[in-house]
Amino acid sequence: MFERLNDTFSGLFRKLSGKSTLTESNVREAMAEVRTALLEADVSLEAVDAFCQAVVADAVGREVTKSLQPGQEMIGIVYDRLVAMLGEAPAIPQDASPEEAAKAMMAEGPGILAVSPGPTVVMMCGLQGSGKTTTCGKLAAWLKKRGRSVMLVAADLQRPAAVEQLQIVAETVERDMPGGAAVVFYGEPEKSAEYGKAVGVAVGVCQRALAAARAKGIDTVILDTAGRLHVNDELMGELQQVRRALNPHQIFLVVDAMTGQDAVRSARAFHQKLEVDGIILTKFDSDTRGGAAMSVKTVTGAPIRFIGVGERLDALEEFHAPRIASRILGMGDVVSLVEKAREQVSEQEAAEIEAKMARGEMTMEDFLKQLRSLRRMGPLKSLLGLLPGVGSALKDVHIDDKQLDRVEGIVNSMTPAERRKPGSIDFSRRKRIAGGAGARPEEVGGLVKQFDAVSTLSSRLANMSALQKVKAVKEMGASGVGGLPGMGGLNLRSKGSTHMQSIKSRFKKRRK
Amino acid sequence: MGLFRSVISKLKAGLTRTRQALTSGLRSLILGRRLDEALLADVEKMLLEADVGVAATRRLLEGARDDFRAGKLTRSEDLLEHLKRELKTLLGGPAVEMAQSPSGPTVILVTGINGAGKTTSIAKLAAKYRAAGKSVLLGACDTFRAGAVRQLEIWSERLGVEVVKGQQGGDPAAVAFDAAKAAAARNVDVLIIDTAGRLQTQDPLMRQLGKIRSVIGRQIPGAPHETLLVLDATTGQNALRQAEEFSRHAQVTGIFLAKLDGTAKGGIVAAIRHGTQIPVKFVGVGETPEDVEPFDADAFVEALLGE
Repeated sequence: MFERLNDTFSGLFRKLSGKSTLTESNVREAMAEVRTALLEADVSLEAVDAFCQAVVADAVGREVTKSLQPGQEMIGIVYDRLVAMLGEAPAIPQDASPEEAAKAMMAEGPGILAVSPGPTVVMMCGLQGSGKTTTCGKLAAWLKKRGRSVMLVAADLQRPAAVEQLQIVAETVERDMPGGAAVVFYGEPEKSAEYGKAVGVAVGVCQRALAAARAKGIDTVILDTAGRLHVNDELMGELQQVRRALNPHQIFLVVDAMTGQDAVRSARAFHQKLEVDGIILTKFDSDTRGGAAMSVKTVTGAPIRFIGVGERLDALEEFHAPRIASRILGMGDVVSLVEKAREQVSEQEAAEIEAKMARGEMTMEDFLKQLRSLRRMGPLKSLLGLLPGVGSALKDVHIDDKQLDRVEGIVNSMTPAERRKPGSIDFSRRKRIAGGAGARPEEVGGLVKQFDAVSTLSSRLANMSALQKVKAVKEMGASGVGGLPGMGGLNLRSKGSTHMQSIKSRFKKRRK
Repeated sequence: MGLFRSVISKLKAGLTRTRQALTSGLRSLILGRRLDEALLADVEKMLLEADVGVAATRRLLEGARDDFRAGKLTRSEDLLEHLKRELKTLLGGPAVEMAQSPSGPTVILVTGINGAGKTTSIAKLAAKYRAAGKSVLLGACDTFRAGAVRQLEIWSERLGVEVVKGQQGGDPAAVAFDAAKAAAARNVDVLIIDTAGRLQTQDPLMRQLGKIRSVIGRQIPGAPHETLLVLDATTGQNALRQAEEFSRHAQVTGIFLAKLDGTAKGGIVAAIRHGTQIPVKFVGVGETPEDVEPFDADAFVEALLGE
């Protein structure tokens, strides 16, 4: 992901190398490439132009800090500007941890998600298919986890079965998601009608829902409105009616992160009619470059609050401008990778596996578990793309996930006893396993051998100094032992964050 | 010719806003102005803002720029003609017909990312085949999203067609199996299969499409005869990635461009044709089952740039 952008930025910064002052002409030349790259990332033309102007103004005449290359100086300027532009919610410090960000968001003041006395009324709006209903469920789960009770209100009477969908989502959150507070549903399915035929009916539904929420002492009411085109005056009028009737504390615009240039037009229309308080970007787990984030932010000025990063109801993250900015700049998105890894493997599981590795007791079963959690995170190539410096290097490399299929198939064909004791796999077992997995017996043998070598090595590694580790891994590469897929996936955690910290501290230093 | 004209006018009606924006924009931008570098830059800007993409925009304007600099292209009217011609070439000739099974049911597999508009597009296809006197069966294989089966069911009731469904959370391939079996047994003309929305980055889900395909193929030889990718017209350059990945996993035979009734310009179609060989087969221009048109490149370009 972001290959093109990364390539451009690295090319751009090579271009600037060796200059001690950033002059108007060399900065402008460099910016032409930034412009193309941002356009390809679906940033709207007007947002691109605004951004580029700001960067030029920041950069021209600036002396290159002694300890830095001009390219690095420039990357810093572009990075700072990107972060500033994408912006955090005003009340939240830029380097806040997710917990701190959540706390700030729950607090009173501008951008409130909790008013007293309740209920806080949150209204979701957006185009068809942007992901409003799913996001309603995710927001409910997010609030439930923080002890706030929620009522989900089905105000979409246009799309067939939208009411049922929200009801199922509400029940799922109530039943399956962690947290102490209640999540309830309010809907009047009999009011549903064909598209465009029940316009205005949603207003009454919302009013009755709010009354019911008050009676029940619910903390937050979330209104799931029908998707509509911003050019449909009648339906946009309905949203304005809901707004007047209920006076929501928060109006969130839900935007598909894959939206192209049209993002500015729809966001501007929604903002003009409703004064949007915040943006939620959905489908950020795709390989979109996410330029829509910049577009929407530019035209509404409203903070981007959350990003949707998966199908599961807990796949909603607080938006972090520095993280997205560094992703765009080709520093990789190590933080996200770490979080993805965490999502799939609990801390405890990870610790157990690490301990097992240290004792040399890792089994094929652990390996399979690790392999599976790695696979759940997505295709290998897109995962590697999240790592700094890897994105552009990977562009022409074909990584075959099928290879992993074969490995998984082989391990699957082993009996549990064999997985725990790969040493017991003799020739006849090898043949049987190979038959079951549709592989050749030599492949089974090769896998077992590799596994042995790696598990011996990992137990040695666990007891070595960093320098010794590097040496040992190099030896491993030379002896052809490397390449056992899935190994070391967990170690990304510690490595990744250290790397990110060093990048961050570099920028902090430079700013001072 | 009469039919062709009615297609154009229908498309034009659906594309009014697109046309107003792009046409009034492009035509008034071009006509009455001197042809110079500034005009070329403005045209480029307009194409980029229509999601045509950097590469396809360059391709569309390359020749014009060269000709202008060589003194061969001098009038702004000629620039408009040049653009029309290039767009038509890029988008390929007239509509590519939907494949039809020589005997037994024709199976159409409908795929796409979450929220692209698959279910509504299926309702439109079903209505179209019904209007042409064909018998239609729907397969509700989106067992993942809450309410998806019910959504398709409501459409089937409105359209008077049958639907084969499974349990929420069940195996979509099993539902596909049942649907294909029922289609063959009842000898319906067309079976349209709905699938769960999936992002092209979700590898296991993408591979599931292959499984659904092979299950259908085992029941009905040669099926699916068409695999459509439903694309949201507001999507930016990521649509290209969608086209590539869905083709890789599900051998997409055509694109259904949905939601072209907003302000999105649908220029992404040009970017897709520039990057892949997949033809656009249908255009969705509204919320009712009748709001669908077969894609016709000539008509599309005329509606986009013409009078």
